[in-house]
Amino acid sequence: MPSLLIHGGRIVDPSQDLDGPNDLLIEDGAVARIGGKIQKPKGAETIDAKGLVVTPGLIDIHVHLREPGQEYKETVRTGTMAASAGGFTAVACMANTVPVNDNRSITEHILLEAQRAGFARVYPIGAISKGMQGQELAEIGEMVAAGAAAVSDDGLPVMNAELMRRALLYAQHYGIPVIQHAEDLTLTGKGVMHEGEWSTRLGLIGIPGSAEDVMVARDLILTEDSGGRYHVAHLSTARSLDLVRLGRSRGLRVTCEVTPHHLVLTDEEVAKTGFSTYCKMKPPLRSERDREALVQGLVDGTVDCIASDHAPHHRDEKDVEFDKAPFGILGLETTLSLCLDRFVHAGILSLPRLVELLSTGPARVLGIPGGTLKEGSPADVSIFDLDGEVTIVAAGFRSKSRNTPFDGWTLRGRPVATVVGGRRVEL
Amino acid sequence: MTTETIRWTRKDLLGIAELSPAEIELLLDTAESFSEVGERPIKKVPTLRGKTVINLFFEASTRTRSSFEIAEKRLSADNLNFSTSGSALEKGESLIDTALNLQAMAPDLVVIRHGSPGVPHMLARRIGAGIINAGDGAHEHPTQALLDAFTIRRHKKRLAGLRVAIIGDIEHSRVVRSNIHLLTKMGATVVVGGPRTLMPVDIEKLGVEVAYTLDDAIRGADVVMMLRIQLERQGRMSFPSVKEYFRLFGLSRERLRIAKDDVIVMHPGPMNRGVEIASDVADGSDSVILEQVTHGVSVRMAVLYLLSGVTSEES
Repeated sequence: MPSLLIHGGRIVDPSQDLDGPNDLLIEDGAVARIGGKIQKPKGAETIDAKGLVVTPGLIDIHVHLREPGQEYKETVRTGTMAASAGGFTAVACMANTVPVNDNRSITEHILLEAQRAGFARVYPIGAISKGMQGQELAEIGEMVAAGAAAVSDDGLPVMNAELMRRALLYAQHYGIPVIQHAEDLTLTGKGVMHEGEWSTRLGLIGIPGSAEDVMVARDLILTEDSGGRYHVAHLSTARSLDLVRLGRSRGLRVTCEVTPHHLVLTDEEVAKTGFSTYCKMKPPLRSERDREALVQGLVDGTVDCIASDHAPHHRDEKDVEFDKAPFGILGLETTLSLCLDRFVHAGILSLPRLVELLSTGPARVLGIPGGTLKEGSPADVSIFDLDGEVTIVAAGFRSKSRNTPFDGWTLRGRPVATVVGGRRVEL
Repeated sequence: MTTETIRWTRKDLLGIAELSPAEIELLLDTAESFSEVGERPIKKVPTLRGKTVINLFFEASTRTRSSFEIAEKRLSADNLNFSTSGSALEKGESLIDTALNLQAMAPDLVVIRHGSPGVPHMLARRIGAGIINAGDGAHEHPTQALLDAFTIRRHKKRLAGLRVAIIGDIEHSRVVRSNIHLLTKMGATVVVGGPRTLMPVDIEKLGVEVAYTLDDAIRGADVVMMLRIQLERQGRMSFPSVKEYFRLFGLSRERLRIAKDDVIVMHPGPMNRGVEIASDVADGSDSVILEQVTHGVSVRMAVLYLLSGVTSEES
């Protein structure tokens, strides 16, 4: 593999407190040198990053690639293309495929497809329970041996407290986090949007914030007793964030992620869009008060990472009554632009903090390589244009699906290129 | 009443929430002019001759559908009832496909009742015909609120300044939401009352007072509107038994005394006698429940007329 010199860019790497004009030399798929002006070695390829930002590869630790089983929504190939188009070099994909990724062969299949595609690294997340039935533990060790980075029944919560306690104990053998889709289904009932003023106005059945909070509180107690490593997926309420703070203050190993849509939109969006099913996901878009608290969590460090919960659905599935539509929206191709526009350009987050939330943080949460451009690390790099304006056009997505509420939004900041393992990704 | 005349410009009637007070007044005044048709020996005018109206009911309804049908016939429209049983919907056709197929038959207006909130809005975006929401889940039921307002106006000569109590299952009621929007826009005070387990969160943000006893809700009320209690909620998480519900929130002649002397009692129907309302109230001199049904036809004639694009100058 020829060497690759990325020159003239602004390198932002929070893992080594780096933010400034620097060159980056990659050899044999790893970072060889970083800093200052670097002479182009003979035969090296180059990327001119003048005017661009160069960061450790962005990692989205919560996506649904839908393969195997629902290839009409997304495949490992199209999902990782979407990741690359969105500026990501790695994704972690949830286990709710058909059949469920609850065993070694599915994990291996996903990894094989990812290797064939070659657009981004893929870290499969195995199911906590067999068939995601919430009854008995899946073969967690087998999946980890095959390459799984964590376990989660995401899409469904682990309702059974004893099973959750066991998972938090058992996962410690493999040093992996247990990721919970925190939702008490008895409180959700038939709910389809956040319970609050807007569900009342629209006559839609509400999902109270307490459905999440009750589960997070329960899990933190179990985490304390088990000594386990617990991660809250798509945390969406002010109170759950407070619970995470409380857990940390008690010394628990707890982390959390927040999605861009919960940071940017609120439950009022369902009304504004006239019941658009592209505003329907779990957890639901919450109140403005919750949204503000989540943004505050980004600022004060409570939130470990931003993850998109990229959830592709076919147009026909979403083009139905609000009540009947499946939960979930896309995220991979809008996350970076949304975050740059709404948080960095809005003066809420520094660029290094955002890179931490999109790269260093997620790598730390899953304990996977990446999130840094220190010499010797894998050469996964994201390059983006901080100021370039972009208009989101869902019809042009690399993803197979189109279910985004951000279609037509004009944002400042856009992905330009990714490098995975020292190779520039060509889409 | 304002004397300012406005023109109806909306293609659809999806809810009361988006209407201005002037639009509401126009609808009510227009209904007033149609009410006389129902008193004629020949109850028919040629106003909508040649117009096609489809009544698309995805939920069982006798009262509302019959009321629309009569209104359509009195306006000489050609109408068609499309109900879901035995239809393509039972064969797995999507709602959108059904709607597009109906649209291909070029109706002028579609009256729709559906159990999911937002369905009329979805159809309004997709098909060219005017959409009339005849009830979408627990969201809105605009013609019910209009006929309620029409009935109140007949008795009280005004809406502004009145105190209207609405009692019952507030959470699941589309009637209450449309009534709250309409009455508060027109300057009335609305009090909603019912068990806490059937009170939706943040309801006060819709500009209403909330009461958790029947007495607090109806004290000094000019109008008391009782809502139907769905018996299937009994014994679930909403209330333990019908008997207990009636003791807390059932309206009897005795308990009605706390309201104003000239109170009128309303109910959108169908009633559960002995559950939310005692027969002596339902059939008593304060009750205007059957008048509501009569006025429903006039109000729906007004809605059909205004939406069909026939301007007042042309008629």
